[in-house]
Amino acid sequence: MKLKALTAIVALMAAPAVMAGGADDDTLVINGEIEMVTKTAAAPHLDGALDEVISGWHFREDDTQVMQMDDFDNPGMIAVDFATDAWNTAEGTEGKSCADCHGTPEDSMTGVKAVYPKWNDEAGEVRTIGTQINACRTERMGAEPLKLNSGEIAAMEALISVQSRGMPVNVAIDGPAAETWEKGKEIYYTRFGQLELSCANCHEQNYGNYIRADHLSQGQINAFPAYRLKDAGLVTAQNRFRGCVRDTRAETFDLGSPEFIALELYVASRGNGLSVEGPSVRN
Amino acid sequence: MASGVKPRVKAPKSAAAGETVTLKTLISHNMESGQRKDGNGNVIPRSIINRFTCEFNGKSVIDVTMHPAISTNPYFEFEATVPEAGEFKFTWYDDDGDVYEDVKPVSIG
Amino acid sequence: MELTRRNALAMGLGAAAMTVLPFRVHAATDDAIAAFTGGAVIAEGGVTLDAPEIAENGNTVPVSVSAEGASAILVLAAGNPTPGVAEFHFGELAGSSSASTRIRLAGTQDVVAIAKLADGSFARASKTVKVTIGGCGG
Repeated sequence: MKLKALTAIVALMAAPAVMAGGADDDTLVINGEIEMVTKTAAAPHLDGALDEVISGWHFREDDTQVMQMDDFDNPGMIAVDFATDAWNTAEGTEGKSCADCHGTPEDSMTGVKAVYPKWNDEAGEVRTIGTQINACRTERMGAEPLKLNSGEIAAMEALISVQSRGMPVNVAIDGPAAETWEKGKEIYYTRFGQLELSCANCHEQNYGNYIRADHLSQGQINAFPAYRLKDAGLVTAQNRFRGCVRDTRAETFDLGSPEFIALELYVASRGNGLSVEGPSVRN
Repeated sequence: MASGVKPRVKAPKSAAAGETVTLKTLISHNMESGQRKDGNGNVIPRSIINRFTCEFNGKSVIDVTMHPAISTNPYFEFEATVPEAGEFKFTWYDDDGDVYEDVKPVSIG
Repeated sequence: MELTRRNALAMGLGAAAMTVLPFRVHAATDDAIAAFTGGAVIAEGGVTLDAPEIAENGNTVPVSVSAEGASAILVLAAGNPTPGVAEFHFGELAGSSSASTRIRLAGTQDVVAIAKLADGSFARASKTVKVTIGGCGG
């Protein structure tokens, strides 16, 4: 009896704390128009590891959430403006701009972010949007590749992402992409660094709990690139991976490395069914 | 920071005479605070936008003195009364002497 | 001075006061307020300051100030290396004496707003904003 009462008290005390760190029930609509799917049933390939996949938006405070709900309030949209200029600017030995081949981003890039990273038959490899932009630059434009951690490439990815906002992430994991996907899955569950943490330790087993004063999300990347308040700039998914791996006190993989490309494919596929949100706003 | 500065303004294209309207402004700027150090331990000199003004047909709406505690990509939201047709003029003053401007016409109707 | 029990206690109190004082009376904040008010008396209330109770990141904290009929509102962050944040002057076509912006806070601290009201008097509001520390070392 006594023990039961004590357990009940502990449960009562624990409940609000868990809820405070967990996903809230708010609804994400952007500009009062674009309705986002921010919670949905996990894809079968998650093998029951998660019942529901949840956008990182739900783990943020209201003030941060609101900043993403209006394109004017979202500082990530500045980057979209800059990338629109870059899209129309000819570069490289061929004197071509993105627009010369692809027309307007609205015409050619709608739906692209939803299915990337994606197998490229011609190249015989999985390409992220970042590596695809650089392939375009070097092979078609005769221009220098952009640094994968540069603001320019994050901005271009944001411009491409914004064309697909509200569309469900639908990354293919079968066929020729399967091998890369398996490799990404292995990395996701491998413990790295002196802290011996895998992605899954935090983002699968402990999402909704606090890590110091911060809320752990599921680590979904449907909303990348993200404008991080901390950096006051856009951050790509691989940039975030690097920060996470570094914080386990490990030597990180390079942006654009086969390991991070595989991980980006795998993590993107964990968000299949969530809406494309990028550029989002996170802390 | 003379390069890569881009003002954005959200203002209604039309209003009723005497109506109060909401304005939002955002300008891309690092707002280097003067408190940070570079990799060699040297202080990175302050470089911010130190003043922002909004006028309508030459009359003041708001005049803001800004300090380094204003975040990167300064954002302001405020209200203005539109007495007649005309235009809003927004001006940002940079520490380096540069001035950035944007203009938004408003019709009455 | 002979080191007696009483003297030791007094010294301890003095040291404690010296440690506490810099936090209670931030000279730069006081100077900024005095420059704005000219040393006039400041009443509590009459100005609204909206800021989050908990800011997820101190780099970008949304704040709003509002005071009916005010000609100017000064915003200070008392715990920053320099307390100045912004000084809003409302012109003849201001639709209201209110404004919102996003500010940097170096840590958990009080944000202060002082308004110069229509009758020339001054009013003050302050709010403690807790700045959280990121999960993985920042």
